[in-house]
Amino acid sequence: MHKQSLFHISKREALPLHKALLIRGGIILLSLVFCGLVTTVLTGENPFSVYGTILDGAFGTSRRLGVTFRNVAILLGISLAVTPAFKMRFWNIGAEGQVLIGCLATTACMILLGDKIPNILVILISLIAALAAGALWGFLPAFFKAKWNTNETLFTLMMNYVATQLSAFFIIVWEVPKGAGKIGIINQTTKAGWLPELGNAYMLPILVAAIMTGVIYIYMQYSKHGYEIAVVGESQRTASYAGIKVDRVIIRTMVLSGALCSLIGFILTSGVDHTLTTTIVDGRGFTAVMVSWMSKFNPFIMIAASLLLVTMDRGATEVSSSLGLNHSFADILTGIILFFIIATEFFITYKVSLRKSGKKEG
Amino acid sequence: MTALETVKNAIKMENITKRFGSVVANRGINMELREGEILSLLGENGSGKTTLMNMLSGIYFPDEGQIYIHDQPVTIASPKDAFDLGIGMIHQHFKLVDLFTATENIILGLEGKLDRANARKKVQEICDKYGFDIDPDMKIYDMSVSQKQTVEIVKVLYRGADILILDEPTAVLTPQETEKLFAVMRNMKADGKSLIIITHKLHEVLAVSDRVAVLRKGEYIGDVATKDANQQSLTDMMVGRSVSLNIDRPLPVNVEPRVVIDGLTVFDELGVKRLDDVSFSINSGEILGIAGVAGSGQRELLESIAGLYPISSGSVLFTPPEGGEQQQLVGKDPMDIRKAGIAMSFVPEDRLGMGLVGSMGMTGNMMLRSWRKGKGIFLDRKDPEALAQRIWQELEVVTPSTSFPVRRMSGGNVQKVLVGREIAQAPSVLMTAYAVRGLDINTSYTIYNLLTEQKMQGVAVVYVGEDLDVLLELCDRILVLCGGQVSGVVDARTTDKMEVGALMTRMGGGQNNA
Repeated sequence: MHKQSLFHISKREALPLHKALLIRGGIILLSLVFCGLVTTVLTGENPFSVYGTILDGAFGTSRRLGVTFRNVAILLGISLAVTPAFKMRFWNIGAEGQVLIGCLATTACMILLGDKIPNILVILISLIAALAAGALWGFLPAFFKAKWNTNETLFTLMMNYVATQLSAFFIIVWEVPKGAGKIGIINQTTKAGWLPELGNAYMLPILVAAIMTGVIYIYMQYSKHGYEIAVVGESQRTASYAGIKVDRVIIRTMVLSGALCSLIGFILTSGVDHTLTTTIVDGRGFTAVMVSWMSKFNPFIMIAASLLLVTMDRGATEVSSSLGLNHSFADILTGIILFFIIATEFFITYKVSLRKSGKKEG
Repeated sequence: MTALETVKNAIKMENITKRFGSVVANRGINMELREGEILSLLGENGSGKTTLMNMLSGIYFPDEGQIYIHDQPVTIASPKDAFDLGIGMIHQHFKLVDLFTATENIILGLEGKLDRANARKKVQEICDKYGFDIDPDMKIYDMSVSQKQTVEIVKVLYRGADILILDEPTAVLTPQETEKLFAVMRNMKADGKSLIIITHKLHEVLAVSDRVAVLRKGEYIGDVATKDANQQSLTDMMVGRSVSLNIDRPLPVNVEPRVVIDGLTVFDELGVKRLDDVSFSINSGEILGIAGVAGSGQRELLESIAGLYPISSGSVLFTPPEGGEQQQLVGKDPMDIRKAGIAMSFVPEDRLGMGLVGSMGMTGNMMLRSWRKGKGIFLDRKDPEALAQRIWQELEVVTPSTSFPVRRMSGGNVQKVLVGREIAQAPSVLMTAYAVRGLDINTSYTIYNLLTEQKMQGVAVVYVGEDLDVLLELCDRILVLCGGQVSGVVDARTTDKMEVGALMTRMGGGQNNA
């Protein structure tokens, strides 16, 4: 008797694109139905009213709509920034710190240079300082990885704490008023170093994220750098064989990734929040990792993934206030939806079949 | 042959066949291991030794045939089944947790209550009984390779194995450590254990085993009592009589030295000498075969020439076909070599791990050679796409499209993509490592023909191979490596398998190349 497990898991032939999309769409619907069931069972609320409240919270008024899309833009921007590194299989979980150090550099320029030199120069110098700081935060782990093969996951994680503590330190240095323990809105009256608004308060980040989406797509798909990154990510031996300088690619890509992260940091401080707190990035540096991977590094899918996560998050606030449910409830629903989406990938890549009775013996 | 009726079989394999796709790894093998003997399983690389043993240890399942353990018919569907039957295999690559002690590794995964003190005592007993020299409390990361191997052996003994299979255990050992291992093996045999040792080192076979079984190209050639065998008779069994393959071999044209290697010595990252004072020349218009048992320095040699392996001393001089100044390749990386205008193509042994990018399609893989050619910062996709189309048609690659990931193609098609790309570079030197490994007959002949075509166009071709029949019929000269040294260079038209086989194991000429 040939003992073997009941199931047989084998790799599928590639599914045609429309079929794969159909499966994914169906799964998202299924996850919503399941979330509805969970809602009813756990809270007794009508699932439709919960979904309705979530949508209302995210898109109900023009202000909510604006904030939601601005938040989508920020999350999307960070996701795009981490993508080149992950495509290279460089496990950078330091986006949080790379964004924050950009915020800190911007804050420094705004406070130290504001009202002393022309506003346009303040903004320009802030931008350059932020990019340089993020680039440094990306360079350090990459350099050590390339030269001495240190573990980039630990290194980038630790760099997050360095950025957080540096920010905490300077927040006390620049606190307003003394003893408040926070900076408050920087240059509130003069608006020195503030990015100008484009039409309304939400447009600028959205525009930046849109441009980044196109640029990153082209960079990854059509540029020599993008090709080098893809080869290094697949196999460093193949990269050396093809004459690609692996060390150089690792360092260059992380510098780019870090600088893009801090670009978002610059926008957060100079264009959105106009302040610095240690939690200004709010975990989005980590969420971005998930967005990037879940979208298989495709910038356009990242738009949808960011939208989903931000909608659920924004809706959660509304759910907790208007339905009297805990803020965590929307998080539970987000978790369920993500679980469904990730599980789908397994069924798209593999096929599970029941075993026929054991092979006959020879 | 002269087995006494009273000797019982520990293992009997009856008519065992294993296929991987269209390749037959083992065909109708009948073999036995008697209780209380040491059996050597001898064969060239790719002769199916490891596959056969993996079916005993539950890693593979035979397509046909029956296995008997102690004369009982059994089914071994998993490594656990093998353990339950008392079969323990010691693999070439150790499976140990670095941060654990020897004892912890030995009891890892066992069911029942965790009793370290008792386990430690039992480990010590086993060590004392057979003369193993390890400290049960030593961490794995503090151990030498030989000590790690000892832990693996104690592990299977601890679990009550009475049949032990050692897969090329001496490949990683120094001669002194090998002696120690053999002493322990004899102790185990004296204790009634049955052992199989896989190897291709003849003197070790003669030193340690009672009986030798020989595999060749997946078939069982026969067995012989060690006392009736010598190196010559074993070599004959291992390499066999020449088989005519009818590979077309035109005479070389315009032979002139293209790459001259002189005194090449390299060390690996562990500081082990991999190439020792290697000197030879690669000539245009001929195919130079490189023979040798696996790990004799073939990979290091080709990678050193291609600029992918650190060279500690020696020189690699390239003479351009169009004349001009000679160029030193030592110190150049692949990009430097290309920038110097040297068209060197290389088909590495590890096709998907070095020669190709598995997740990309044919077009993406063509770009590995041409990605720098695009305008400015952008890639040029047109030329690679055209090249991919051409190779797709000319070499009859089976793939749905030029963007279909090469990883999902069959082995033969993967190799066509790789060889096709390398030949399309219009090389002046073409190096190939195990170019037909795992390929079916038709694809193999396609590759032979492509290489011969290149030779006729004046390319200096290097063919590292493991099948002596092919080397003898395809190549013009054969260089034989043994332990990182050149043990001889022979004319492929006049030599025979016996001579090459002897050089591979250092029997004939060039005993010491110093």
